[in-house]
Amino acid sequence: MKLLTHNMLTSNIIKGVSNGFPLGIVANKVEVKDVDFNQSFVLKTLSKVDWNALRQAATQVGHGDGLPEELGEDLKENDDVLKKIHNAMLQVEVVEGELVCPETGRKFPISNGIPNMLLLEHELQ
Amino acid sequence: MAASGRPEHQAPPEIFYNETEAAKYTSNTRMIEIQEKLSERALELLALPDDESCYVLDIGCGSGLSGDVLTEADHTWVGIDISSSMLNVAVEREVEGDLILGDMGYGLPFRPGTFDGVISISALQWLCNADKKYHSPAKRMQVFFRTLYAVMRRGSRAVFQLYPENSDQLEMLTQQAMKAGFTGGLVVDFPNSSKAKKIFLCLFCGGQSTALPKGQGTEESSSNTAQMAGRREKRQRTALKSSRNWILEKKERWRRQGRETKPDTQYTGRKRKGHHF
Repeated sequence: MKLLTHNMLTSNIIKGVSNGFPLGIVANKVEVKDVDFNQSFVLKTLSKVDWNALRQAATQVGHGDGLPEELGEDLKENDDVLKKIHNAMLQVEVVEGELVCPETGRKFPISNGIPNMLLLEHELQ
Repeated sequence: MAASGRPEHQAPPEIFYNETEAAKYTSNTRMIEIQEKLSERALELLALPDDESCYVLDIGCGSGLSGDVLTEADHTWVGIDISSSMLNVAVEREVEGDLILGDMGYGLPFRPGTFDGVISISALQWLCNADKKYHSPAKRMQVFFRTLYAVMRRGSRAVFQLYPENSDQLEMLTQQAMKAGFTGGLVVDFPNSSKAKKIFLCLFCGGQSTALPKGQGTEESSSNTAQMAGRREKRQRTALKSSRNWILEKKERWRRQGRETKPDTQYTGRKRKGHHF
């Protein structure tokens, strides 16, 4: 699971959970995979990304170095920072671990890089 | 599929798409070719902006064959599927997209406005089944379409290629989609061929209303697209009360019933003149 995906996932499909974001991350195994750098995609996606959550998640899995605390206006010219963001967003992957609902503490296991978001009967809306 | 019966009738999707079935999606070239063609057509109907990488959700992504088509078109994608065997095949194939194990009938677990487009190949008909005691298809469709609408960016599209079992299923699906706020409807490719016929449900999420794309292999005059305007059409069918058409229809009805009716003339339904008080 990429951290970009983590940044988009919520647990608000559980009955009674209103926001469900950001999900906590417990990472037991992390890998970095090569993904082609696409500046316009990174810039476009950053407008949707919750930056604090991304930075926090990257730090939690040990790849937060060099990420700015806040996103400046001059990002477009700053390829170095953009590449670091690209790395955190798309190249770092949690292979084994779990996601934790911030409201209920419900755990969603991640195995083989795939988070299991299936619910039980009593959790359905 | 016709010979072996519909897979939906055999077992729930997480059981049906076991390792044996999943393996077919890497070894059976005919199946792969069909999936690719359908995905390419769905992507075409999705009409994403040219030369721009988009963030796309693939519902029922399976082994990621449809995702490969998205990757080739330079899009980043996230796939959701209920079969872990299929997803494991996708991991083995080293697909570019991210994968999530989930049930579309439980709702889509994403933040609002996340995706620039949504595709789904041969998956939506599974939603019409109740595979567990506590599953109700209507309820599951409602949750699915409501959360789908939320996770899509305003003005974006969702294209579902599906194999409906009958027209009732199609009607139920389109109805629930409409209820959730979508506009759009069905695009049918090659409607006159039972083998080549392919059905796509194209949904528009907010934004300005767009005309539905034309189905392939259809003549200009044939109505291959069914707009979701059922309610409005019905209203138009019966003429406005006390209009000339309404009067003519009523007189026609009376004649059919054998009741005494004045002949239709140029004066029928006209307002009387000359009341100057």
